[in-house]
Amino acid sequence: MDCAGQLSVLSTVLSSLLLITGLFFFIAGSVGMLRFPDSFSRLHAVTKADSLGLGSIVAGLMFYGDLWQNLLLLLIWLLVLASGSVSCQLLARFAKAQQDRVQQDKT
Amino acid sequence: MTDLSPQLLLYIVTAGGLFGIGLYGFIVGPQTLRRILALNIIGAGIFMLMVVLAYRGLADDASLPSTDPVLHALILTGLVVAVSATAFALALLARLNQAKAAQCSQDQLRHKQGPGQ
Amino acid sequence: MSLLLFDTILCLLLLALALASILSRQLAHAVILYIAFGLMMALAWARLAAPDLALAEAAIGAGLTGALCFSALAHQQIQLKPDVLSWPQRLWPAVFVLLMLGGVLAALLQLPPTASQLIAVTQAGLGNSGVSHPVTAVLLNFRSWDTLLELVVLLLALLGARQVAPEVKPATSWSLSLSWSRLLAPMVILLAGYLLWAGASQPGGAFQAGALLAAGAVVLRLNQQLSWLSWSNFWIRLLTVSGVLVFVLTALTAILLTPGNTDVVWLRWPPQLAAGIILLVELFATIAIALTLTVLVAGEPASTGAELGCGEGV
Repeated sequence: MDCAGQLSVLSTVLSSLLLITGLFFFIAGSVGMLRFPDSFSRLHAVTKADSLGLGSIVAGLMFYGDLWQNLLLLLIWLLVLASGSVSCQLLARFAKAQQDRVQQDKT
Repeated sequence: MTDLSPQLLLYIVTAGGLFGIGLYGFIVGPQTLRRILALNIIGAGIFMLMVVLAYRGLADDASLPSTDPVLHALILTGLVVAVSATAFALALLARLNQAKAAQCSQDQLRHKQGPGQ
Repeated sequence: MSLLLFDTILCLLLLALALASILSRQLAHAVILYIAFGLMMALAWARLAAPDLALAEAAIGAGLTGALCFSALAHQQIQLKPDVLSWPQRLWPAVFVLLMLGGVLAALLQLPPTASQLIAVTQAGLGNSGVSHPVTAVLLNFRSWDTLLELVVLLLALLGARQVAPEVKPATSWSLSLSWSRLLAPMVILLAGYLLWAGASQPGGAFQAGALLAAGAVVLRLNQQLSWLSWSNFWIRLLTVSGVLVFVLTALTAILLTPGNTDVVWLRWPPQLAAGIILLVELFATIAIALTLTVLVAGEPASTGAELGCGEGV
């Protein structure tokens, strides 16, 4: 951790806080995915919490990089955010279609 | 017993473990698709072993410029060959499934017609 | 110390994912766990100072193999009752594998911790190779035979798969995934071009760029775009063989261009032209790899009107 020595105390504390918040959201999302009863709430837990967790981890890491690296980190976050939302929608549509089929079979 | 650093030891054991898991899946796996996955896991174990061999001696000797590039190039070639072999195996599997389905429906048809004749 | 902890967790995760993928009851779970395993492998390559492999694995191991296995899963008939293995059927292979594993580990732990001799050899030849990244130099100069034959293997796999694979059902698209894949496409092309160019001096090169382009093209194909990208198109066929073709033609030209044909070595570039030749060969190899992998993974869409599956007519 060479870079950490150059940071002021305030930014180290802020960055650590952001990283810990990010980890908390990741863990919460994972627990939600394991514990929630149906596909929709699981998807809801994992995509929302993970997007927020990744966002705060990226924000925490930004204290260590220069401008160019920070822009790249931001781009990574945006890409993961968008592809996460799109795949969440796709999975939810698939789950809905399956649910409808099961209900049709019942009636 | 050995002079390897703990990190290398860890990855060597993991590579061996992946090889063993893949081999077990390849022998036991009831479905063909799972056997193909198991073959890929064996491949991953072997690639990891080669990467460890390329990395060997580097951790404590900072004067060396890079890891062994010949092994890295071999693995890079191997990754692409592995995915093309997997694609070919899956194409064969799809054909096999199609033939099985056709066979099944033919048998059913014969079964239906059988008593009438 | 903290990195050793990270390595331990990563290795345990890899072993657990592989084991779960082998032992899981449902085939769909096995495929999903295998994709996660591929992503973790990319992380392991990065930890073992192999960024070239990490780039290739992220595109191939996690992306393309996952797409391949999922499309194979769609062909699979659903098994109503899973095969249950008896205890001896599980036990004896396990004993055999454990014995073999013990032997392999006993042999591996005898390895001397000295670095390979080949590093010095490569480093000595790097000045005349035309590039400054050793992996690219090995792939396209010192051992270009391997790369040429590997392109031939890819071509053979494509021809073989085209012979046997049944036609795939066209996938249904959806506007959100379609517009997202369209948004991604220019970024993928930009990144692949960068990887190809950076391969001369940094991690990157034809394989990674080709795999990345293929992954992007497969996503577009799954959204029913790029309908011209099929085997029936003459230009696609020409570009698919162009990797091998340009490689061989360049090697022939290089032999003719070498002044004083005393010690002609097949596939060895003259040092003053090496940089240009490598870039040319890599460019066509990238295109060929990308097209081959795309056609291999996405398959040929069934032509309209001929959708009579084998089992459906009866």
